[in-house]
Amino acid sequence: MEESTTFNEIKHQQETFSRTILGFWIYLMTDCILFATLFSTYAVLHYNTFGGPLPIEIFSMPTVLAETLLLLTSSLTSGLGLLAARRNDTSKLLIWFGMTFLLGLSFVILEITEFAQLVQEGHSWQVSAFLSSFFTLVGTHGLHVSIGLLWMIVMIGQIISGGLTVNTFRRLVCFNMYWHFLDLVWIFIFTFVYMMGVI
Amino acid sequence: MKKNQALINIQKKWQGSLSSYLFGFIISLLLTSAAYFLVITQFFTDTALVFTVIGLGILQAIAQLLFFLHIGKVTKPYWESIVFFSMILVLIIIVTGTLWVMFDLNSRMMPTMTEMTHVSDVPDMSDVSDIPETLNKEIPND
Repeated sequence: MEESTTFNEIKHQQETFSRTILGFWIYLMTDCILFATLFSTYAVLHYNTFGGPLPIEIFSMPTVLAETLLLLTSSLTSGLGLLAARRNDTSKLLIWFGMTFLLGLSFVILEITEFAQLVQEGHSWQVSAFLSSFFTLVGTHGLHVSIGLLWMIVMIGQIISGGLTVNTFRRLVCFNMYWHFLDLVWIFIFTFVYMMGVI
Repeated sequence: MKKNQALINIQKKWQGSLSSYLFGFIISLLLTSAAYFLVITQFFTDTALVFTVIGLGILQAIAQLLFFLHIGKVTKPYWESIVFFSMILVLIIIVTGTLWVMFDLNSRMMPTMTEMTHVSDVPDMSDVSDIPETLNKEIPND
């Protein structure tokens, strides 16, 4: 009796893990569609500058490169953190996710300063359709990253206080997928917004 | 003990490895730098540059999907891959549909040369035989 209960519990936890991972993956797919609609809007409206400046005149390329490299590296450190979690190495896990947090925070700060500078120079989202769609697309991505940072803090706190369990490992896997997905969306922002804007 | 066993089982299920992460990172780094420096130095002319940069972006997206998100590496049943491809289908419909409709609408809304001098632009119906005579007349232009 003792053995079969234990086996059922283990099986239940494994099924919960697989189900939750698949469910979270489906959520990420719907988030992809959300970003696709924002990209389509930007594609339709990006020539409508209302007589204002062209993208090439207001985008700062070094900032964009820095943001891209920060997010890419944070994606790597997040994966390395999950590898540490698989080895039950809690201290390494915390170091890697701590680094992911710092890199992600640097990205958000850089992006906020980029937006603030644009608004200060008079290129706010109220000025033209191009700027509205730009701020909506890139701002939504930045909001996703910021919420990811909050999630990371809570998760790091949970691991420090409760250790690595089935639940916390599952959440780390979900977070890792989320973070990789955000880097994936950023590749498209980098290519279609910033690179296309400058050519 | 039983909690540890479940944890061990699910830890084994996760598909990542150090080599796939490092490989994916290096490839993404190369593709990003290549796209960036091609654009900064304007190495190619306009159209060629556009297609090259888009191609590099798509390659990097595929690399990240394979090496970071492990698409297609999940064991049977391939639910995650199925959901992914159905999302791609919806995405293609939305994006191409939006672009097609909006650009077609845009071109239809452009004022034509004849509109600036004539009021109506009615098609000629003189070759249609199954409508009554009274309707089959030419409408005079003002």
